Amino acid sequence: MENQLGSLFVPMLNCLSGRGPDSAGFAVYRDPALEGTVKIVAQHPEVGFEWEGFFKPFGAVSLTVIASHCVAIVPGQPEIVRAKLELENAGVTVMCVGSSMEIFKEKGFPCDVMKVFQLEQAVGSHVIGHTRMATESAVSTAGSHPFSTGSDLCLAHNGSLSNHNSLRRNLRREGITFRTDNDSEVAAGYLSWRLQSGDSLETALEAALRDLDGFFTFAIGTRDGFAVLRDPIACKPAVLAETDEYVAMASEYRSLAHLPGIEEARIWEPEPARIYTWEKLKDTPSASSTAISISLAA
Amino acid sequence: MSTFDLSKISVRELNHHLHQLAEAGDIDLLEPRGAHAVACGLTAPLNVSIRGPVGYYCAGMNERATVTVHGNAGTGVAENMMSGEVRVLGNASQSAGATAHGGLLVIQGDASARCGISLKGASIVVGGSVGHMSAFMAQAGTLVICGDAGDALGDSIYEARIYLRGKIASLGADCIEKKMRPEHLAELTQLLTTAGINADPATFRRYGSGRSLYHFHSDHASAY
Repeated sequence: MENQLGSLFVPMLNCLSGRGPDSAGFAVYRDPALEGTVKIVAQHPEVGFEWEGFFKPFGAVSLTVIASHCVAIVPGQPEIVRAKLELENAGVTVMCVGSSMEIFKEKGFPCDVMKVFQLEQAVGSHVIGHTRMATESAVSTAGSHPFSTGSDLCLAHNGSLSNHNSLRRNLRREGITFRTDNDSEVAAGYLSWRLQSGDSLETALEAALRDLDGFFTFAIGTRDGFAVLRDPIACKPAVLAETDEYVAMASEYRSLAHLPGIEEARIWEPEPARIYTWEKLKDTPSASSTAISISLAA
Repeated sequence: MSTFDLSKISVRELNHHLHQLAEAGDIDLLEPRGAHAVACGLTAPLNVSIRGPVGYYCAGMNERATVTVHGNAGTGVAENMMSGEVRVLGNASQSAGATAHGGLLVIQGDASARCGISLKGASIVVGGSVGHMSAFMAQAGTLVICGDAGDALGDSIYEARIYLRGKIASLGADCIEKKMRPEHLAELTQLLTTAGINADPATFRRYGSGRSLYHFHSDHASAY
């Protein structure tokens, strides 16, 4: 099933592009970096940007350029590499720093964005995708989802937050940096802050339920799986499909209708204000489950 | 019997065709695959069978037709129904039967949040449980729940009636338990029979408005 990850996922996101036609993004989990090395995904708006020069000070082991993005493997630890990246700039936006997660996102119609980043061919354990219809802030690459919230962690959001301005001010005081006026980036920054302060993902999400005011269905990508959380009112949709082979989530059922064995899958909607998590089973290839996830902005 | 395959024609083409029909007839719809607005705005006494799961607003605004979904239904099934019958053999997503004025909606499985929100006269019978804020601001009509109810059942309810058999997570503002009188038992018995749901009417409780929210209160007289 991992070989089909991209080909199964592209129709999921395409099907829902009417809900969010202005930008798209996804986090693919694949090819974990070897111990002692770190995977970076960076973006520069200029095609033909000199990535080799940019990553030279990092002693990059490998560079793979895909359109405006570059996947680099460099020696070191994520925290140190991340701090060093913040000192470099040259117009480069860092999408993520970790081991297996690769975030790609751009403005444009979702099917075009997916083509540019060759998602159809993607092989990996799981993927989180998002199509955006901006309501609170500008249509930009930085404002697209998913947002990185730490090593191999990302957030995709459908909804809108009411208290993002005051939260952003408080989080800036805690040292969290923001690139946009986007409310979802604040939710991501909030989770980063809680996780950096030592919270588990579960504790951080429990705190988010208390501190985030507004509407949200969150899909959170983790190294081994993903998590889902809806706000207590739960007016932003979410539907899950579970089989012995995979777990898939989408804003609407029709996005899942093409998945293999969907007729026999357990189809259900997550409860409001309840944290759900899935982890890929390890070392048992016969019972391994692939998580495919997708959430949509409105 | 006419059969339509939604993998071959669009929902718009299908609905346009169904809207042209004036006489009773049996319609079979194949491969709905979660499409939105399937069999919306019907006005003829058609008998429509949808063979699979549907998306949002299935059988919305229905008049006179009988629509059966052989699968799950997305948000707003039978929303604003005027008459006729809509039956979901699986589960229904949120806002099932929203603002429905008349007719009968039967959900044999569970319904999620806000089932019967702003109900205006229709009857809804749910074989399973309902999610939070069901019958929110419901004005008239009946919601029968054979399973359990989520939080804030009947919040800000007007004159709709709720019959509940199972557990209740919490009642919404101004929703109270009321005495089950013989006319209520008769109404419930008739609804369960019509819906074809096997449940003993004597095991249900009735809920409705405490009427403290929407009536003029003499404490506020000085404001006028």
